[in-house]
Amino acid sequence: MAEPDSQPALSRDEVAHVAKLALLDLTEEEIDLFTVQLGSVIETAHDMNNLDLEGVQPTHHPLGLTNVVREDVVRPSIDRAEVLSQAPDVEDDRFKVPPALGED
Amino acid sequence: MYTTVDRGPDVHEPSIPDEWELVVGLEVHVELSTNTKLFCGCANAFGAEPNTNVCPTCLGLPGSLPVMNGAAIESAMRLGRALNCTVSPSIMARKNYTYPDMPKDFQTSQYDQPTNHDGWLDTPEGVRINIERAHIEEDTGKSTHVGGDGRISSAQYSLIDYNRAGVPLLEIVSCPDIRTADEAKAYVSELRGIVLALGVSDAKMEEGSMRVDANVSVRPRGSDELRTRCEIKNINSISSVGRAIAHEANRHIDLYETGERPIQETRHWDEEAGRTRPGRSKENDEDYRYFPEPDLTPLVPTAAELEAIDASLPELPGAQRAALAEAAGIEPTEASLIVERGDAGFALDAIAAGGDGARVVVHLNNNLAGGVGKLTAELFAGLVNMETAGELSSTQTKEVLAEMVETGGTAADIAAAKGFEAMGTGELDGMLDELIANHPDEWARFAGDDEGESKKMAGFFTGQIMKATKGQADGKVVAQLLNSRK
Repeated sequence: MAEPDSQPALSRDEVAHVAKLALLDLTEEEIDLFTVQLGSVIETAHDMNNLDLEGVQPTHHPLGLTNVVREDVVRPSIDRAEVLSQAPDVEDDRFKVPPALGED
Repeated sequence: MYTTVDRGPDVHEPSIPDEWELVVGLEVHVELSTNTKLFCGCANAFGAEPNTNVCPTCLGLPGSLPVMNGAAIESAMRLGRALNCTVSPSIMARKNYTYPDMPKDFQTSQYDQPTNHDGWLDTPEGVRINIERAHIEEDTGKSTHVGGDGRISSAQYSLIDYNRAGVPLLEIVSCPDIRTADEAKAYVSELRGIVLALGVSDAKMEEGSMRVDANVSVRPRGSDELRTRCEIKNINSISSVGRAIAHEANRHIDLYETGERPIQETRHWDEEAGRTRPGRSKENDEDYRYFPEPDLTPLVPTAAELEAIDASLPELPGAQRAALAEAAGIEPTEASLIVERGDAGFALDAIAAGGDGARVVVHLNNNLAGGVGKLTAELFAGLVNMETAGELSSTQTKEVLAEMVETGGTAADIAAAKGFEAMGTGELDGMLDELIANHPDEWARFAGDDEGESKKMAGFFTGQIMKATKGQADGKVVAQLLNSRK
């Protein structure tokens, strides 16, 4: 069995960092809450570290399938008016989005 | 067949100070010219109306599922094998990042198990650049930044066209083996030639179907350390590859020499200003939170598939240069332009049909840049034979050649129609007698000991004969006659 982990599985800073990468605007309270909740998920995953997996290949596909491919044949796309009708904002037949941050 | 040749101006980049050494690795993205995108049946087409080649899969709508394009995988493996890579079983991975050009919030790529790895490319000058990996991934949508000066830092908003989202790419990552800006240009040019020979992409840098990012650092010469690198993006031509790298290297050197150091970041090449500008700080690999893509199966090529690919590879530029160099008795680098234009086969056929190799190469390099038109290899060989037999001067040959390209006629017919007849040595001898009689002073200066004067007067007599024969005399024959009388 696993030794009880004295360190928390996930730090508050890590949660804040991941939230920032995902552009999630979390309150301080939410960060506290998710640090506990995500931490327990990660602890559960850590249980697997106690298994002897020597010689076990990682599972890349649940059904063990390989090389599932399709023919390179064009199929109809969707009508643009329908596509753009789903967008919050449109200009010149393109999706209009706020200026993205952090990249040039 | 002619293709656009983007070699950039034939200039060498300003070198960096001797005590510093350049360390460059290149990441080249090549759009594979399949009919459809990587994971859906939308058309893979450049220049379509915005957002017309899109569907739930490439828009990343909930519930949609990707299915791999078999043709894209095959093109990727062909290019991998042409770059001497090992092709291994591979898996796709999600590269997570939040940016509007990828509506799924992740790019489907490959991470720790790429399709192609551990290959190499030899430049025409014989420098071997190792290739770390060549992995399959999807392209992103195209953003247009509106407002401000067009750069995102000042943009008011961005407009996104998802036609390009999901187009198959192969990203070819070199090892940091490149030591000069010219080597970097040669690598990109050769890679482009290989891609074109395989026909897996049109590799147009100006349309973005081939894109080059350069990882640039410098170190004191003699050291083997790897210092902080910057990734340079937005390089839009082969000549900019050289300029951007030379600029960035010198920026690093200036920083080190004033006691500062560069920081690891992405920078953008500004072609007009001739400098790089800072972009975002580079995200760590860890920040992309890669994990295996659960919606796609592993790719496991069979030995038979790989053998079939190897057997079907066309002759690549390096082999074409070697073959032409051997047949024509020239250096392989002298065959570069002909190979790039796709004329190596034509040149070899003309040589096989009896044409003198050196003259075939000279005419293809200098006089057939606009295409061979109606000229066939056999007709070309016929013309070259007349030239080497002294029946046509080089000026006449050029004129006849131009007409052969237009009309497809034979060299003999066109030469006859133009009144180009072999100028016999006897006839020239007579002319020369007359010239000497009329210009005794000039002749004395030609025959004298002053080499400069002699050379000048040789030009005078040759010019007089050319004038009298309307350029039909063979310059080499005239020179021989002059010297024999000296």
